[in-house]
Amino acid sequence: MYSKHTLLGSITRHLIIWIMIAFSLFPVVWIFSASINSTNSINTQRLIPKSLTWENYKNLFTDPLEPYGFWLVNSLIVATTTALFTVLLTALAAYAFSRFKFWGRRMMLLTLLLVQMFPQMLAMVAIYLLLYKIGKIAPWMGLNTLIGLIIVYLGGALGFNTWLTKGYFDTVPHSLEESALVDGASHFQAFVHIILPLSKPILATIFVLTFIGIYSEYLFASILLSSLHKYTLGVGLNLFLSGQWSNKWGIFAAGALMGSLPVLIIFILAQRLLVSGLTRGSVKE
Amino acid sequence: MVWKYIATRGGKIISASLIGAITIWIGTRLALSGQLVMAAVFVFGAAGILYVYTAARTYPWRYLVPGLVFLTAMVIFPIGYTVYVSLTNVSTGHILTKPQAITQIADRMYTPVNAPTYSYIAFKNATGQIALLLKNAANDLLYYNGKLTPVQPSDPRFVDDNGDGVPDKFLDYQRLTIRQVVKNLSYLENLSIPDGKYRLRMASLLAFKAYAPRYSYDVATDAVTDLQTGIIYYSDPKTGFFTAKDGKVLYPGFPVYIGLSNYLSILTNPLVSGPFGRVFAWTIAFAALSVLTTFVLGLILALLLNDPYLKLRRLYRVLVIVPYTLPALISILVWRGLLNTNMGVVNMQILMPLFHIKIPWFTDPTWAKVALVLVNLWLGYPYMMIVSLGALQSIPSELYEAALVDGAGWWKRFSRITLPLLLIPLAPLLIGSFAFNFNNFNIIYLLTQGGPPIPGAQTPAGATDILLSYAYNLAFKGGSGHQFGLAAAVSVIIFLIIATISAINFRFTGALEDLSKNV
Repeated sequence: MYSKHTLLGSITRHLIIWIMIAFSLFPVVWIFSASINSTNSINTQRLIPKSLTWENYKNLFTDPLEPYGFWLVNSLIVATTTALFTVLLTALAAYAFSRFKFWGRRMMLLTLLLVQMFPQMLAMVAIYLLLYKIGKIAPWMGLNTLIGLIIVYLGGALGFNTWLTKGYFDTVPHSLEESALVDGASHFQAFVHIILPLSKPILATIFVLTFIGIYSEYLFASILLSSLHKYTLGVGLNLFLSGQWSNKWGIFAAGALMGSLPVLIIFILAQRLLVSGLTRGSVKE
Repeated sequence: MVWKYIATRGGKIISASLIGAITIWIGTRLALSGQLVMAAVFVFGAAGILYVYTAARTYPWRYLVPGLVFLTAMVIFPIGYTVYVSLTNVSTGHILTKPQAITQIADRMYTPVNAPTYSYIAFKNATGQIALLLKNAANDLLYYNGKLTPVQPSDPRFVDDNGDGVPDKFLDYQRLTIRQVVKNLSYLENLSIPDGKYRLRMASLLAFKAYAPRYSYDVATDAVTDLQTGIIYYSDPKTGFFTAKDGKVLYPGFPVYIGLSNYLSILTNPLVSGPFGRVFAWTIAFAALSVLTTFVLGLILALLLNDPYLKLRRLYRVLVIVPYTLPALISILVWRGLLNTNMGVVNMQILMPLFHIKIPWFTDPTWAKVALVLVNLWLGYPYMMIVSLGALQSIPSELYEAALVDGAGWWKRFSRITLPLLLIPLAPLLIGSFAFNFNNFNIIYLLTQGGPPIPGAQTPAGATDILLSYAYNLAFKGGSGHQFGLAAAVSVIIFLIIATISAINFRFTGALEDLSKNV
């Protein structure tokens, strides 16, 4: 489909791409410049700051009215825990679907698919009232607790993930497990010692996708968490941008950049998994 | 025999009994606190789980139960509960259950005519206990050890050290000065001392007063009587209030089943249905525009970057993928700052110096929509580019060679070969992207907060609200309190819309049949 470019064709192509790169990097460049600009105010921001400072990054962790450190840690705790348990719950369910024939199997698989189509967010009113009631009996998992929030997120653990993982388990040869079963291992042991180690790529993919998804979740975090020290990063940063925010632009910028790092790092570590996973989904094999 | 059985199965038996005991305990607590439905659900659920983990034939279900517990508790049950709430008037003032509302009403007090007032002297001992001597013209009372008894001023337990006629000590208790009384104020204010038909409560810093319960609830007539005025408030199952003949109501109300009223008001009340229609139209338009713009830009980039003759294409791929590698939530907030009309970088550093224009990004409805599509384009095109790049690889190059031989031009090759062959694998992803943006709460709520508001709307609706953010505002952000019932009705309508779109989609593509064959 492609042929050698003429000079004009080549220039046009590079020009289009550089315009796109400018669009792509535009917010990143400005926010980085704001974060090291010593003026802190958005009004006096210039692309190339007159004087540099790391103060904004330091100040993030010193203002008791905006406890950024708590928010970052809360987000990491919630996203990591949710992702870990999601992998666990998904792998268990996928193993049953992949290896056993049992009553209700087909129905359950289709149910998971159907339930997945309706975003959990639509039930926000019910979930809020439910956690309010749970909190009356067990305050440690009611409203305004990270545990309650994680439990809500785990409601979405099964679903599409299970299908993905089941598909992967199906490709792991049965003979390996069978020899273990003959040697006297239980199904559960075979699952833990044979299937799980052989399925690291799919488990890692689900961990990463869940982590990134939960890290960016705002709706439930905003309705369930109500005290400043319980906020996750999104809820906290949104607070930063209300009120007299124009004079805190530099600190906000530093917070946004630092808060982006966990996802960026995970993306770099797992980019091959993610990109190949996405394209595999798009291409029928 | 029995012992051997217990020895081999001991662990299981002990843990099963333990779980059984805990279940019954929690179930009882739920039932006692009035949550009968929740208690039943909990006990039956736990019994089912216990069965799954003890019976041999349910072995595969043991792997499913952990995930299913969360799915049931936090998705399936809430969906049913949402439908239920949408048929009720649950909202600010109608949140407590009826018994809770009655308790709260019955707790209220009033001062009857001729109710006695007492001045008082407070005493405190070394262990922090407090005793009170309540005095008025008619009689003196002693509140000591939780009991109220009449007392004579000459009682020998009182000691008057300085002879001013006011006791300074009571047993080992020391009299409190005013300053010390203030320090113990929260304790004193919470005292409610039964005295015959009255209750004595602190009325001011210097006095206690007799109060009487103002309302009494009668189960037989399901009505509340105001003992002060004699007015009777009957329970009204239509409005969820105790209502008097003249229409006066008692707060708080309680939730009642109101049938389809919430749905009817969305459909027929022009103050609600007008904004709802606009929100609905924008939801569809936003989702469609998002898919279209991101797909077109992603595809153009994929075509450019798939070109083996293009230099630097590896570097380019990394640079244009950057938006995808950052958490969307934070990027949206950054864009909100950058697009700010009077201070943002886009207006003040770029558009003003270059073109002398200032765009009202968030205050003008049309520009707010443009901002949303633009930022969503920034967030979404890398995904479309990645999946298009993947799909491009799978198109066999022989097709292009054949087309070249036949003399097909650039546009013919693209429209007859590339696009149709791309759309086959990408169609499900495009539909998925539409469904995602249909409920893309984050970008709406964090970028424009649904604003600017639609003038004259009775419900908090904005020009850029989508259905989901509209429901969110109704439930959690409205100026008129939490309208949970109405918000749940909007949610159910979104459910129905999604179900319709999915049904058409499945019908159209036969995806469900394909899948059910494969399981």
